[in-house]
Amino acid sequence: MTMNLKKAFAVAALSITTASFAPAALAADITGAGATFPYPIYAKWAEAYKARTGNGLNYQSIGSSGGIKQIKAKTVDFGATDNPVKFDDLQADGLVQFPAIIGGVVPIINVDGIKPGQIRLDGQTLADIFQGKISNWNDKRIADLNPGVKIPAGDITIVHRADGSGTTAIFTDYLAKVSADWKSAVGAGAAVKWPAASSVGGKGNEGVAANVGRVKNSIGYVEYAYAKKNNMTHVQLRNPAGQFVQPDDETFAAAAAGTDWAKIPGMGTFITNAAGAKSWPITGASFILMYKTPVNKANSAEVLKFFDFAFKEGKKMAADLDYVPMPDATTDFIRKNVWTQINTK
Amino acid sequence: MEIAADDSLLRAQAVHIAKRQRLMDFVFKYLTQFFALTVLFALLGIIASLVFNAAPALSKFGFGFFTTIEWDIINGEFGGLIAIYGTVITSVIALLIAVPLSFGIAVFLTEICPMPLRRPLGTAIEILAAVPSIIYGMFGLFIFAPLFAKYIQPALAGTLGQIPGLGILFSGAFNGIGILCAGLILAMMILPFIASVMRDVFEIVPPVLKESAYGIGCTTWEVVKNVVLPYTKTGVIGGIMLGLGRALGETMAVTFVIGNAHKLSASLFAPGNSIASTLANEFGEAEVGAHYSSLFALGLALFVITFLVLALAKFMLMRMEKNQGVKT
Repeated sequence: MTMNLKKAFAVAALSITTASFAPAALAADITGAGATFPYPIYAKWAEAYKARTGNGLNYQSIGSSGGIKQIKAKTVDFGATDNPVKFDDLQADGLVQFPAIIGGVVPIINVDGIKPGQIRLDGQTLADIFQGKISNWNDKRIADLNPGVKIPAGDITIVHRADGSGTTAIFTDYLAKVSADWKSAVGAGAAVKWPAASSVGGKGNEGVAANVGRVKNSIGYVEYAYAKKNNMTHVQLRNPAGQFVQPDDETFAAAAAGTDWAKIPGMGTFITNAAGAKSWPITGASFILMYKTPVNKANSAEVLKFFDFAFKEGKKMAADLDYVPMPDATTDFIRKNVWTQINTK
Repeated sequence: MEIAADDSLLRAQAVHIAKRQRLMDFVFKYLTQFFALTVLFALLGIIASLVFNAAPALSKFGFGFFTTIEWDIINGEFGGLIAIYGTVITSVIALLIAVPLSFGIAVFLTEICPMPLRRPLGTAIEILAAVPSIIYGMFGLFIFAPLFAKYIQPALAGTLGQIPGLGILFSGAFNGIGILCAGLILAMMILPFIASVMRDVFEIVPPVLKESAYGIGCTTWEVVKNVVLPYTKTGVIGGIMLGLGRALGETMAVTFVIGNAHKLSASLFAPGNSIASTLANEFGEAEVGAHYSSLFALGLALFVITFLVLALAKFMLMRMEKNQGVKT
């Protein structure tokens, strides 16, 4: 008994010592918080960066709205958002913004007997499903888009984000562009009032994927990496050129090709409904927010080093996860025009 | 002479000890009083900060905040009725299911169960009460909800849903998660609480009363109905209130299975939202303003509801103790 007690005390004492030393060891780590959309690639980059330099990144994927809130509260070295902050707001808060990675939002479904990429939808139909106007999988308009595919009947359940989300902002931006009715009745933003009668909210991309996975006859939307990682059933979408396209890094890149980042103040834009025969219509970039005069200058310098590494050597890793790395011309522009505004000295 | 000297020596020692004891008592009294008061100050601080932060929303939307069905983050229009309804209705469902079950468990454990089984069964219930709520949430979403959608929902819609008037409660898509699912998971969570309180109060019934009832030929059910329950009714109600208090504030498990949709629907199958799940989902990112303040107002509403329930429980438990003194 005494032996056990002594042992217990020793263990307790040891854990207390480790706990109190841990922050010191992590002091060089940089912190970021925000979008869940780019989390898989940031995690991958962080792992490679840590192996190279020994400096880690502590990224909390709490959602874009949370990321904006955290950087404004100065609790993190950078914030991440897929819902770009307007240029005037950036100026007012003394923030800079740059895109770090491009990815796609894909509708995912859970319908018996349907394989990934088998079902085709167009923008208007997708908007009507999310608006609750099409409420059963046996609806004629879905069948018309999918000749030869037997889709079982079932009441559709919508799965959306329960938290404020850049993924939602990109997705609703697309729906508002393709459906006038969605635009006037619901609108676009990081959190909207979901009109469908049967709609369920999940927290984060993970939460939406988990709910779609568990709820039969449901449809949701996630960043493509989450769909792929969880073996979710995605759908094909018709782009403005009239072509049905599958989501992958090629169609995301095709959509992003037409965007000239340098011309946009604050670099913030959605890449939804982009022209081009191969463009995936719901593509978006994920943005990084930093202060021009940061509190922790050493850490901010480290953040820039991290993204410099990611831009230079993270392309392969991005492609592996079906993200699209920023084009070289854009990263050069970011280095010369955005990072120079940040005072890290 | 010597005796007197000894006496005064003893007295001096006694005075010395008494002084020390008085000092210790003095220090001890104020130290414990200070500890107790910190709890009171923390409570007052929480109330003050809730009221302070909720004030902008309450002054903007008025009392109508608690009766409005609206949660529109884009347009900044907020009302708390959806979340308040979700909190209350899931707790009511939980009570409707957990109370009869707990009662059965407690009766079995105190009246019918063979002695060797009482300890293990009682311990099992206490352990169930200690399972963290997130475990219930994960179980609810990943295991219970799909089964619920596949078997229980169609069965409910096919039976209870066919009764005119009741049908509306069991309509809509069979998606597993929603108000009813949250109520069932909550029932599972509060069941051990209520069962163990009921068991404890059933055990305080003096054996002589029960034995006399058995002696004149009562069945077990008659003993429970006419002797045990009347003797313990206030305690039983107190236990139910404690369970209700837990159900009202439960966050994680409910967030997993309630559906997190800002919608008010007559159907129990429909997804909804509770106060606690709304706070858990939206607090992290709410910008200071109407949204932030409305979340605090919801928190205040939850605080008031929970406070009323717990105060009622305390009051009933106090009455039980008083009555017990009179009867024995």
